[in-house]
Amino acid sequence: MLEKIKQKINESKLQLSIFGVLVIVFVIFIIKNPQTFLSYRIYYAFMSTIPFSAILALSLTPVVILGEIDLSFPSVMGFSAWVFAFVFNQTNNIYLAFVICLAVGMFAGFINSVLIVRVGIPSLILTIGMMFMWRGLVYIASAGQGLSLVGTKGTILYKALVGRIGGQVPAQAIWAVVIAIVFALILNRHRFGAHILYTGDDAVSAKMMGVNVAKVKTIVFMQVGVCAAFVGVLASLEVLYLWASTGEGYLMKSLASVFIGGTSVFGGMGTIFGTFVGAIIMGSLEAGIVVGGISGFWTQFIFGLVIVISLTIYAYMNKRINLGRKLISSIKSLFGRAKK
Amino acid sequence: MKDNAVISPTTLVTTPLVKMVNIHKSYGAVTALNGVDFVIGRNEIVGLIGDNGAGKSTLIKVLTGVEKQDEGKIYWKGKEEEKHTVENSRNIGIETVFQDRALAEKQNIWRNLFMGRELTYGRTGFIKIGQSQKEAIKLLKNMIGFTQSGLTANLGVRGLSGGEKQGIAISRALYFDAQLIILDEPTNNLSLSETNKVLDFVRGVKDHGKSCIFITHSIYHVYSVADRFVVLDRGNTVGEFLKKDVSLDGLVGKLEYVAKHGVLA
Ligand SMILES: Nc1ncnc2c1ncn2[C@@H]1O[C@H](COP(=O)(O)OP(=O)(O)OP(=O)(O)O)[C@@H](O)[C@H]1O
Ligand SMILES: [Mg+2]
Repeated sequence: MLEKIKQKINESKLQLSIFGVLVIVFVIFIIKNPQTFLSYRIYYAFMSTIPFSAILALSLTPVVILGEIDLSFPSVMGFSAWVFAFVFNQTNNIYLAFVICLAVGMFAGFINSVLIVRVGIPSLILTIGMMFMWRGLVYIASAGQGLSLVGTKGTILYKALVGRIGGQVPAQAIWAVVIAIVFALILNRHRFGAHILYTGDDAVSAKMMGVNVAKVKTIVFMQVGVCAAFVGVLASLEVLYLWASTGEGYLMKSLASVFIGGTSVFGGMGTIFGTFVGAIIMGSLEAGIVVGGISGFWTQFIFGLVIVISLTIYAYMNKRINLGRKLISSIKSLFGRAKK
Repeated sequence: MKDNAVISPTTLVTTPLVKMVNIHKSYGAVTALNGVDFVIGRNEIVGLIGDNGAGKSTLIKVLTGVEKQDEGKIYWKGKEEEKHTVENSRNIGIETVFQDRALAEKQNIWRNLFMGRELTYGRTGFIKIGQSQKEAIKLLKNMIGFTQSGLTANLGVRGLSGGEKQGIAISRALYFDAQLIILDEPTNNLSLSETNKVLDFVRGVKDHGKSCIFITHSIYHVYSVADRFVVLDRGNTVGEFLKKDVSLDGLVGKLEYVAKHGVLA
């Protein structure tokens, strides 16, 4: 029994350490400003904003596990959201707008996958190009103008996506949790998730054992496009307005969430739970710093500090250096010497 | 068939298990296979031999669907395999231990054993994790005789020894009860006793009525288990011998001649 628990802990080291970071961050928040951080209001605020970058980070996790990257998602998010707003303003049909928007996102992901998987362009470079192209298209199409979405208010879809459940819980938070659970189930317990792990670990071996590597990569990139479009709709509905800049500001936050969550940039390993917690940390830091009474000038520095610290912890774990044991043994040897 | 080809009696009686006809395969400027014919009979062990770079692994990759031949046809039990992918070849009953093992090293043992053929709850695609782990342990203990204490199915493959990794690749090929088992240099990295286990296993394949392709650089190993030998040289089949027609020394002599002259006397 003890062995089993030990093994479980060993397997979940990564998840436990990121969760530890989250706890530490919130303990500091509460100590610095108990009044704010012991009331529901701040958590309500977190639940209305964090889901956006969290869903994006969740969808990026399988990409990183594949050993690939996608930097185009903020622009895909912007363009799909513009399509959503445009179709809605033309037809006044929010469902049509929503479906077309998701299709556009999927299409953008499909283009990425074709150029990466079939043509063979490295994803890092390609998606930089796509990032500029889709953002450029938003500005061309919109001429930099925003679009109002006030007309969506009161529709069932609006309530389902960004309404307040029981007047208390933002619907987008529920979406983020549901998506996280679905992604975790697929990654850990479904054959498609297994195929993502194999492909990211060793694509040649995976291919030899019959994994359709090209198909796996294609679906993963398409899924990012769909999620980006979905978040584009959420973020626009939340403010009832489409900005031509929708999506900007999510790139670094979402990527950092994946990495501080413990997913390896080398591929073949990753955790959805880690990403989810990572997104909460990234999303709450900014508000926490300001409310905690620390000068806003510290924000970027603290962001960086948290990222670097968590990456250092993972690097040590990967080297299989058991910090605890090392500490104990060095203390022991110190005492040993003292005795002599 | 080439002039000097000998056909095993078993292949004459029924349609052969596998027939590969006029297989060509090039990698850019390198011609790996140059019109190879290759037959595997029912319940036959074929030793595939030849120098480094002769094209043995490439032939196997074509047969298993990992690589697509540029030209030529593959027949399984007399029926042409038109869309020959790895998935298809595993479904019809071909399992392979590839020369470079084809493991995903960051994944654990059970995930490696079931790579590409996961045990799922029917068509839902959800993996039976508990059962996979149990089967994995059973397989490693019984088939390969892993005795290392503390062995769990959740152990990462990365930290295992060469022999243990090879054991996993071999167990994987055994698990699915295939009709044709292909072993590409399976005794690499193995100790003497482990090597004997593999050779015994190959004989066991024969006893169970199945077929096997055995590739190795050790003539002694292959001579002790195979029914027939096929010699490849620079992408061509240069000779086929039945074991009953050739002595071990005779076979070694022929291989030396091929190595020098590129053809058989
Ligand atoms: N993926 C590849 N790309 C380019 N050339 C290749 C590739 N695979 C094999 N070759 C070439 O094809 C030829 C045959 O290689 P193959 O691996 O089939 O030989 P082999 O008989 O298995 O040799 P060994 O006994 O060393 O394993 C060699 O010249 C090799 O360099
Ligand atoms: Mg080889």
